[in-house]
Parts: sequence; C-alpha cells; structure tokens
Amino acid sequence: MLRFIVRRLLVLVPVLLGLSIALFAWVRALPGSPAQALLGERATQAQIDLINRQMGLDEPIYVQYFRFLGKIVQFDFGTSVQTNQPVLDEMIRRFPATFELGVTALLLAVVVGVPLGYFAARRGGTWLDSATITGSLVGITIPVFFLAYMLKYVFAVKLGWFPNTGRQEARMLNVEHPTGFYVLDGLVTGNMAAFWDAILHLVLPAVALATIPLAIIARITRAAVLDVLNEDYVRTAESKGLTAGVVTRRHVLRNALLPVTTVVGLQFGLLMSGAILTETVFAFPGVGKFVADAIPTRDYPSIQGFILVIATLFVLINLVVDVAYGLIDPRVRVK
Amino acid sequence: MSLGAAEAAITVAEEQGGGLWREAVKRLSRNPAAIIGAVLIALFVFVAIFADWLAPYTAMAPDLSQIEGPGHVPGPSAEHWLGLDDNGRDLLSRIILGARQSLLVGVVSLLFGMAGGIILGLLAGGLGGWVDSTVMRLVDMMLAIPGLLFAIGIAAMLGQGMTAVMIAIGVVNIPVFARLLRGQMLAQREADYALAAKSLGVKRSRIILGHVFPNSLTPVIVQGTLTLATAIIEAAGLAFLGLSGEDPSIPEWGRMLAESQRHLANAPQLVIAPGVAIVLAALGFTLLGEALREALDPKYRR
Amino acid sequence: MEARKRLSAVVAGGALLLAAAACGGGGGTGNQPGESTQPSAGGGGDKAFVWALSAEPKALDGAYVSDGESLRVVRQIFEGLVGTKPGATDVVPALATKWESTDATNWTFTLKQGVKFHDGTDFNAEAACWNFERWFNFKGAQQNPAVSYYWQTVFGGFAKNEDPEMTPSSYKGCKTEGADKIVISLASPSASFISALSLPSFSMVSPAAIQKSGDAVEMKGDAPEFTGKFATEAPVGTGPYKFVSWARGDKLTLEAFDGYHGEKAKIKSLIFRAISDAPARRQALESGEIDGFDQVEPADVETLKGAGYTIQERPALNVGYIGFNQKLAPMDNPKIRQAIAHAINREALVKAKYPPGSTVATQFMPPELAGYNEQVTTYPYDVNKAKQLIAESGVANPTVELWYPTGVTRPYMPDPKANFEAFKADLEAAGFKVVVKSARWTPEYIDAVDNGKAMIFMIGWNADFADADNFVGTFFQAPQKRWSFDNKEIFGKLDEAERETDPAKRTALYQEANKLIMDFLPGLPYVHNKSFVGLGKDIKGFLTDPLSNENFSLVSRG
Repeated sequence: MLRFIVRRLLVLVPVLLGLSIALFAWVRALPGSPAQALLGERATQAQIDLINRQMGLDEPIYVQYFRFLGKIVQFDFGTSVQTNQPVLDEMIRRFPATFELGVTALLLAVVVGVPLGYFAARRGGTWLDSATITGSLVGITIPVFFLAYMLKYVFAVKLGWFPNTGRQEARMLNVEHPTGFYVLDGLVTGNMAAFWDAILHLVLPAVALATIPLAIIARITRAAVLDVLNEDYVRTAESKGLTAGVVTRRHVLRNALLPVTTVVGLQFGLLMSGAILTETVFAFPGVGKFVADAIPTRDYPSIQGFILVIATLFVLINLVVDVAYGLIDPRVRVK
Repeated sequence: MSLGAAEAAITVAEEQGGGLWREAVKRLSRNPAAIIGAVLIALFVFVAIFADWLAPYTAMAPDLSQIEGPGHVPGPSAEHWLGLDDNGRDLLSRIILGARQSLLVGVVSLLFGMAGGIILGLLAGGLGGWVDSTVMRLVDMMLAIPGLLFAIGIAAMLGQGMTAVMIAIGVVNIPVFARLLRGQMLAQREADYALAAKSLGVKRSRIILGHVFPNSLTPVIVQGTLTLATAIIEAAGLAFLGLSGEDPSIPEWGRMLAESQRHLANAPQLVIAPGVAIVLAALGFTLLGEALREALDPKYRR
Repeated sequence: MEARKRLSAVVAGGALLLAAAACGGGGGTGNQPGESTQPSAGGGGDKAFVWALSAEPKALDGAYVSDGESLRVVRQIFEGLVGTKPGATDVVPALATKWESTDATNWTFTLKQGVKFHDGTDFNAEAACWNFERWFNFKGAQQNPAVSYYWQTVFGGFAKNEDPEMTPSSYKGCKTEGADKIVISLASPSASFISALSLPSFSMVSPAAIQKSGDAVEMKGDAPEFTGKFATEAPVGTGPYKFVSWARGDKLTLEAFDGYHGEKAKIKSLIFRAISDAPARRQALESGEIDGFDQVEPADVETLKGAGYTIQERPALNVGYIGFNQKLAPMDNPKIRQAIAHAINREALVKAKYPPGSTVATQFMPPELAGYNEQVTTYPYDVNKAKQLIAESGVANPTVELWYPTGVTRPYMPDPKANFEAFKADLEAAGFKVVVKSARWTPEYIDAVDNGKAMIFMIGWNADFADADNFVGTFFQAPQKRWSFDNKEIFGKLDEAERETDPAKRTALYQEANKLIMDFLPGLPYVHNKSFVGLGKDIKGFLTDPLSNENFSLVSRG
C-alpha cells in the first residue's frame, strides 16, 4: 500500500513540473505586455518601458523560468493585477467560500443522486427509472450559468425566497468569521441569524452547481446497481431466499458504491469549472468568481496560481480516492 | 502456420466486433431514448444545413427602426413568431441560423479533439514504454486543469474568434480521447486474437494499426457523440465569459443566451429560446450517445 | 508641452472630481447632522447604506491608486487641502481655508484649525508638509507609474528619480510656518496646480498611521503589491467616514466619524460591495440588498424609474466617435470619409441603444462646453448620398476594416457590440465591404488604435475637466498615429486657442477649430451619452458628480 502511494506521489512530480512549464510559456505567449494590463488605456510608451525594466523582463527566458519555478515551489504565485495583493492570499481568503459551496453542492448531489439512482435501478423500466434518466440527461445539458440565472430569477427576484447575491447580508454588522466558513462561523460564534443567513445564501448557488454532478452520480449509481444486481452472487442470494433488504444492505449498496466513490472524486474539476460560472451569476465571493474577474482584467498571475493550486488539489484528491478505493477493494491493489 | 491463416484467425475474431455493431443498431432501434435522440439530432442537422432556406428572415443586419429605446424588445406577433431581438431582428430566424454555428462548433472541436486524442492515444497505446508514460503524464496534466479554464487559457492565446473557441474546446477534449483510446488499445492488445496473431509472427505495427486500433475505436465513437453535446454547452460557457465569435451579427446560441441575460425580466424569450435550443441539441447527442454506450456494452446484453 | 498639457488636464479634472465635496447639507432632509451618532435612534441613520461597486478597490491610499472604484472609497475617508464647489469647477477651501502667492511659485496655504485624523492625531502644518514630502520621496516600486499615477501626471518625477527617463519633479519643497501655515514651492510658476490638489490622490493621510502601519510597495511578478498595511487594512484620514474593516471579496465597511470637522455623515454605516455582473447589480437593488449602484444599463433606466427607484442623471461630458486612420487606404480619401458619415444612421442608434437624454453628436465635444459650434458641417443619414460619394471617390468596391472592443463597456459605449452591428449593417447598405476586427479592450484594442493599426475604430472620451482643450485639444492638437494625418491648419488653430487667455476669443478660436475639424472629418462623432446612478426608493440627498466621485456623507434615508 505504502509503495503504491509513494509511486503515485512520484508520478505527481513530472505532471506538476510540466504544468509549471506550460503555465510559464502560456503567459509569455499571450499578446500584450503586463504593463499595458496594469495601466490600461492611459499607458504611454515611456511608462510601459519603465515598468518592463522594473520587472526584469529583459533577462534570458530560462532564467525567468527558474525564478518563476523557485517562487511557485514556495507558494509565491506573484501579485494579483486586480487587487495588488499576493495571489496566494487572495486564494486563501476566498477558498473557504468556494469550499463551502462546493461541499454543499456535492453533498446535495450525493444525498439526492445516490438514492435516485438506486431506486431507478431497482425499479428498472418504471416511470421512476425513465424520469431519472431523462432528468439527469437534461441536467447535464443545461448550461450552468443559464440554470443559475433562471433559479435566481424565479426564486430570488420573483419569489424573493432567497437572496440574490453574495454569502452574507451586507448590512449584518458585527458578524465574526473565525474560520471563514460562514455557516460554521455562525455556529461557532453562536450567531444564529448569521448562520441562517449564510445557509440561505448557499441554497441557490449550491443547487445550480449540484445539478451536473447530481445527474452524473444518479446515472453512475443506477448503472453500478444494475451491474451488481446482475452479478451471480446477488442472484444466488436472492434465489436462496434472502429478503430484499438484506441483499441490499449486504451486497448491492456496498459493491455499487465503489464506482460511485471514484466518480465523486472526479467531480472536483467539474465543480471548479461550474463554480467559475455559478459564483459569477450570484456574485458569490469565492475563488471561482475571482478567477472569472481575472479574465477581463488580464490578471494572469491569478489565473496561473489558480490553475496550479487546483491542478495539484485535483491530482491529490484523485490519489486519495484511489487509495481509499484500494482500501475498500483489495483487488485494485493487486492490479 | 502461414500469415494468411493468421489473418483469417484475426478476421474471425473481428467478426464478433462487427456483430457487436449490428446488434447495437438493433438494440438502438428498440430504445425510445435513442430514437428521440436521433430525431433531435436529425432535426438539428437539418435545420443547420437548410437554415438559409428555413429562416423566414435573413436576420443578420440589425433593424434599429423597430426599437423604440433601450430596453424595448418587440414581442411575438403574427409576422415574428418569437418576436424580435433587441436589435430588431427576427428571433426565430436567428435561432434557426444559430443552429449552423452550434453544429460547426460541435463538429470542428470534436474533430480537433478526436484527432489530437487519437494521435496521442495511438502513440501511448501502440508504442508503450517511455512514450506511453510521457504521453500519459501529459494527459494527466491536461486533465488536471478545470476544462473551462483550460479553454479560456487557450482562447486567450489565440485571440477573439470562433476559431479560437473551437480549437480551445477541441484541445480540452484531447486528453479524454487519448486516455480512452489508450486504455481500450491496451485491453485489445491482450485480446485473444491479438495474442494469437503475435504468436503467429504478424508484425507488431500491422497488428496494432490494422486490428487493435480499429477495434478500439468503439468507445471513442461513443465518447465523440457525447462530446458533440458538451462542446455546444462549453461554447455557451465561454460566450458567457466573453469569448465567442468575432462578428456578433452572425447568430450563435451561446452568445445569444449569454448576452440577453439583461433582458431576462422584460423579454424572457430572448433568453429562453437560445437556452432551449442548446438544451435540445445537446440532449439529442447525449441521448444517442448514452444509448449507444449501453447498446455496445456487453454487460447489458444479457 | 506634453507634460504641461497633461498637468492642465488633470488640474481642471481634479476640480471637477471633487465638485460635490464641499456641498455640505446639499441633501437637505429633515435629518440632523448629529443623528447618526445615536445608535439607538429610529431614523434613517441606523440601517447601513450599501453601495455596489463594479469591482473591488485596489487599495485605500489615494496616492497609490488611479482607478475609479478605489478613488470612490478613498473620497469618503480622506480629504485634500482644497476641494471644489458643488457642480462646478471652482476651487474651494477644504483642509486649507485660503491660499495665496505673489509669484505663482511659492504658495502659502492657511490650514483649518482643530481638524483631527480618525486616529486622534492632529492635522496641522507639520502633517500637511509631511504628506507632500512623502509623495516627493517615493522610492522603488512607489515610482511605478501604475502606483503613483497622479503624482507623476501632475508633478512629473520625484526627489531621486530612479529611472533616467523620468521627468524632473516640478515640486521643490514644503515648509511649515507655525502650526497653521505651509509654503509649497514649485520649480516654475503655476496657478493651475492648485486645482490639481483637489484630486483624491492628493488626500491628506495621518503620518502617525502611516508610520504605524507602513506604506511599502513592492514589485512582485507582474504587478506592484501593497505590502504596507496602511492602504489595505488601516487607512486613516480626516474625512466624514472612517475605516472599519475590509473583508476582501465580500464587503468594505466604513463608519461615520464622530469627530469630523465638517457636517457629519447622516448614515452611520457605509458598506461597499463589489458586484461585477451588471444584471446582478440591478437585481440586488430591486431586492433591497444594496441601496445604490453606478452606470445603470440603458435598458434599465426607464424600468427602474417606473418601479419607483431614484434614478439620477449625470452630465454627459463625453463623446463617442468612430475614428478613421488616414494612413490606411481608402481612409485617406475625403469622399470615402464623407460617404461613411452619411451612411451611418446615428439617430436610430442613439434612440434605440442609449439612455434617454443622450444626444447625437455633431462634433468632437459636448454642447455644454464653450467653443461648441452650432454651425459645423453636418452629415445627415443619407444612403444615396453615401453611394454617390463612393462613386465620386474613384474607389471601386471599397473595403474597410471596422474594429470594435470586447470585454468592456464605457459610459459613451454601453454596448460596443450593438454599435458595431449597427455600423456594419449601415456601411454594408451603402456598398462598403466590411471586414470585422475585434480585440480585447486592454491591451490589444487600445494598442491597435494607438499604434495606427486600426482602420475604422470605435472609441470615445470622458472629460477629465470641462474644457474644449480636454476634447479637441487632446485629439487633434498634434499628429497622432491613431489618426495618421498632418493638418497644419487644425494643429495651428488649436495651439492658438490653447494659448489664448481671453475667454471670448478662446471660445471663438475653438469654434473655428471645430468647423475645420468637421470639414476635414478625421472621424465621426455620434453620441453624447448620459449616465445614471440607481438608488433605493428611500434614499435622499445623493448628488451625482460629473466624474463619479460622489460624497456619500450627504446621503440619508427618507
């Protein structure tokens, strides 16, 4: 097991190194100079030259790359053009928001998706099955931002059940945020109003963000359960006269959840792409919103840093999923 | 045994592959989801090809004389079934003409992604060894970047334009195809017919290019159908983030959807029409792709 | 020449910038100034005022920022030595009660007594001179043009210029004379520098607070980073609001300063939130999550008005125009330029796409300014005339490249894409073949325009100050690559107008210049756009400012 983990960790190194080269090359390949991005329409040539000299953009390219690499291994991703603050600080500051949103969405997807998929499979061919399949396919094909706008329009603008934007009512003063996770903060500080407010702010963005993973999880669960139901041992168990409940508990769910676990781990990248769109629609102050704002402001250090962090997390999460998978199912380790 | 006999043995093994497709088509024709998907796709492709002929108006040039002021969007009428857009153009015509652009995005980015993926997958699955490791690390790297950001990054380098969008979406799909093909090829290489051919002394390149590769394409084709759907959706996401075609007078669903958000309150048809069009087109490919996947999956054949 | 011109631009711009500053009590409602200090009072002072910015501020030290959203917040926390009269460009006292000079080189400022910074320290002569010396002695990354933009625009360089190409500073020094007088010395006589001091970038900061929190700036990677905490976590000024907290990405909270020396803020808590999505800002106003936002979309102006929201208009000191680059054929052909002017239906565009009150432009400056000429040559919409002119031009089947920017809205161009589509269709209707060119606003688009790569381009201008010179002088007084023409008559006329000190003669000269320009037709002006601020139904006393630096301490709930 340990060797497996170490080997997987070693594979990480070339991937991340390659990524750093790609990202470095990417910024150099972009049209326009950072100086123009900083000064915008007011830039004069003299000012642009001055800034370029200050940035040391005249050094050989490999020197620039190794300086870049030296910095990123120390988690120094440079300074955001949008905010003139360290990119890492901006990420750390906004990460709890995205994490809170992502986890809520994923929970929603699992809590709704798994039972839906399970019952669809058990009642194969019924209306529930067809509805689940169709619904999940529609869920996958709606552009996230379209869904987010519609949800917001109906439930926030028209019905007024939920807030439009943000993570917390701005007029709530004296709200403390010891952890940065607003829902948790409300509980920790005993501020129930803030707790409830934070939950209300999470609902619509989380629903929008959860749709695609929910659809995928429901379908994978359904397929996995169908697979297991067709396995000989389940048939045997059923023919032996074990009640459906026992079969479900002992065999079907446990075995079907294995592929589901993997899929849940893989939703991370999808959630991040979704967060960029969802957070923008709801002005939800997370990392996704920050990156969406980085695009028009040409805040490339932020995009660079974000991709590096997310890619590393993605690879690590997959590692964890694989290891967990291996722990549950010894057959994987042998392979 | 002669090489000819070896070839014959392989062909027999492959007959089963051909049978797989034949049976799949039979299964598909009995699956209502597949039929609905196929109908939606047929409709979509038909509309895209005959858009000029189907559209009641040309709907390219704005007609500002129809617009009384900012925020005024003429609603549905007998002449204009879906009303006009905020530039005084027939919305229905723009939706019809927009099919062309969406189909183009889907197909071109699919071809681009598929071609790149097949080259990488072939290298990795065919050559193995260090080529395989290198390619797979590259694929890992590409998969680790959130798709939307990856596409934005590519498009930022290429500049504004539909070509940039198509290439960006295509590139994002390369690792998906590469990984799929490689996995399938590795499995096929271990298949009985390939092992048999190898033991009979058929050249490796011939086994791989002539037999293993074509036999590994099935999941790639399934994935391709699904990619047509995601490409259309991804193009809409990019349009929302400000990346779309150069000429805004050419109708494009993603852009229409993204840019009419401001009219959600006063003219929801501007948002809903392109939104529904995107969902239906993507649904068609998804339905067919999923049905195809199930039909080709031996697990479901019992 | 260039430097002086920039100075005069910013000077008068600064005057406008703070137009609303000195307008104490302009909001005139029943609220008493002191009400906001009573936390338990049931009036409008309790409920926080929430303003949606379109982007997060960069920093809260005026000396370090030049973007509108940062300056909007800086304006609430800080004050400068001078301000401006409400709605006008006249310089009026702020932290200085009067100023005088015998030679226009050494200026004596008499400071207001009893003014305290938010940290309790005194604002006095020593503090004032300390501020000037701080700016003058900027080092390293502080000398980056992106950091100390306005200092460099107004005063040129620093005590020790670290870049050999930087211009020497026009600032010489500051001396205190007792506790309430300072003397600022310049390198050469200037009367106009006074109004430059009304820019929020020349706000007085607390020396004690800077020393405590630090104001370091470091160049890291591609951007300067504010490592000192003053600008980000602890800004201290003398303004009506004091800084409370800034949860970046979420909200920035200010609170009425009890010890304010002028009329105290009516609403106790002032909160800024960044909402970058325009429809989201409107929806947030409708749901009551925010109390106000700037740049209401044209399509929303009437809707929001109809729903009872307060929509306030801002003067249209801007112009949107299409530029022609004469280096690129066929734009060198005057008949072609005229044909384009006749081909484009400006009335239809302005009516359909611009908010009510916007007008079709006939020349490169708005009618509010002296020098506007009612008699310039006009080019009414006439497709047949356009076709005839093309025929006369000798250019068969003219092909033109039409550029438009993406990723941007400007006050004079709320939806560049819509303008582009209208122009393209109009040009095609007249027989032009149009090649579509688009680029991101910064840097590619600006770069293409400024370096003469764009044949026909959509751009415009927002006033820095209310003067003809800021419009036609900026555009046409010297050869520029974006136009690529060399018309000595126009350059000469504008030089003459700028030098003229007699207002009547000056006006006449600018009128002549406008006539010359519109005959020559270097581009086609098409709109003077009104911009709007959207406010909650219960908001009173908000005064729009021509350059968007509104004073929130006047706002109350009614």
